[in-house]
Amino acid sequence: MSASSPLVVQVRDVHKSFEDKRVLQGVSLDLEKGTTLAIMGGSGTGKTVLLRIIDGLVYPDAGQVSLFGTRIESLREEQMLPLRRRAGFVFQGAALFDSMSVFENVAFPLREHTKQSLGEITDRVHRFLGLVGLPGTDDLLPAELSGGMRRRVGIARALVMEPEVVFFDEPTAGLDPTNARLVAELIAQLRQGVCDTAIVVTHDIEFADMVADRMAILYGGRFAETGTPAEVHASTNEAVRKFLAGELREG
Amino acid sequence: MTGAHSLRAVGRDAVAWYGGLALLSVQVARNLALPPSYLELVARQIDIIGVRSTGVALIAALFTGMVLALQTAVNMARFGAEGYVGPVVALSILRELGPVLTAILVGGKVASGITAELGSMQVTEQIDALRALGVNYLKKLVVPRILAALLVFPLVTILADVVGLIGGMLVVVFERDVDAYLYWNTIAYWVVIRDFLTGIGKSVVFGWLVTLIGCYNGLETSGGTEGLGRSTTDTVVQVAMAVIVSDFFLTKLFFFLFW
Repeated sequence: MSASSPLVVQVRDVHKSFEDKRVLQGVSLDLEKGTTLAIMGGSGTGKTVLLRIIDGLVYPDAGQVSLFGTRIESLREEQMLPLRRRAGFVFQGAALFDSMSVFENVAFPLREHTKQSLGEITDRVHRFLGLVGLPGTDDLLPAELSGGMRRRVGIARALVMEPEVVFFDEPTAGLDPTNARLVAELIAQLRQGVCDTAIVVTHDIEFADMVADRMAILYGGRFAETGTPAEVHASTNEAVRKFLAGELREG
Repeated sequence: MTGAHSLRAVGRDAVAWYGGLALLSVQVARNLALPPSYLELVARQIDIIGVRSTGVALIAALFTGMVLALQTAVNMARFGAEGYVGPVVALSILRELGPVLTAILVGGKVASGITAELGSMQVTEQIDALRALGVNYLKKLVVPRILAALLVFPLVTILADVVGLIGGMLVVVFERDVDAYLYWNTIAYWVVIRDFLTGIGKSVVFGWLVTLIGCYNGLETSGGTEGLGRSTTDTVVQVAMAVIVSDFFLTKLFFFLFW
């Protein structure tokens, strides 16, 4: 990680409130190419909101957000679309299109944004379904899948366009230990191949240790600590220590 | 204190709703010009909005025409003006009942369906998924529905007009022993093309309004399945109110412009 690495994401002093609740109160972060950042914190601390702000799905109340070097906080929806196509977003609930089969879900971005033939699309969809460990599930509907399978289809759909950065929102939350480990291993494996730059929002410390180069702990609307996993684990900050010990509750 | 507080909340919600509706309207207009065009989605919506809703509109039109003729014939006979039943029925249907009933019936059905569909996509994050995949969701979900409605509402209204007039004829011929030629001749003599066109003009506006309300309430749905139920019933009421209220102002406007 040299200092000259181009910044994929840059967030400066971002604030966001919902009604009377102040969620983010001056958050800043940088994400360099080739880095996986884990944003951690208790539930309700605004991790997901921050991730959505970075992908331009939610507008911040104040502050600056750059994605691929372009300021996005005042862009219109249609101006944001080309930038979002370069990023993948994996939703906590997978957010699969429930009227489409697994194949159609994964093929959707290819059909929308490329002029590939059906053969090329089929090859590519099968390659990515194989990658997430779900070959032969083409014709299943999302309702027929387990939570873990749905999550993995969501990952395949986010990756099929080979994005430059992937945003994962709580990828292991609500999964049984086996499925959670499968998803964690998958994300760790992606770093070697398909996409080496990512932001992972999670409260799962073990998982974050497995995939992250850098960690940031969100507490009270700000980052209480940022750094490498070793630095964060050695932190003397009270809130960080409590969070890592599993004693911090904020909601 | 609580009363004033809740009154303020209602006022704020109303302003937010009208503002949101206007904003969506502007966004849709702007997105009309942007690529891609999704023509196949427009065709699909024409099928959903038009073909599957025509039956209910036409049955309503038939019976409206019949009851209108019955009432007019019986009551106008008291003034010895039974000869004018045709034009009265025709003016009522072409100018008012055709477009208004079609918009309320087809609109209520179509708009509540749209709210339910877009609302469930919203609460399951499927709309955010579209956005995250770099897809223009307004272009994909809202614009095709509105374009289809702009085409379908006038067409269904024309059919409803015709069926309503035929319903009127059936009653005057079989119930009142009036000659069918007299019925059509008086209509042809008194009713002008402007009467027909103002009704069609209304139906275009209603189509826009009704679909926009359905889409807006769907996109603004929050609060899970309970919120979805609420926004769907809201749509049914708001569509009916919007049609009835805007009908008065459109009538006023058309009299001002074309009389």
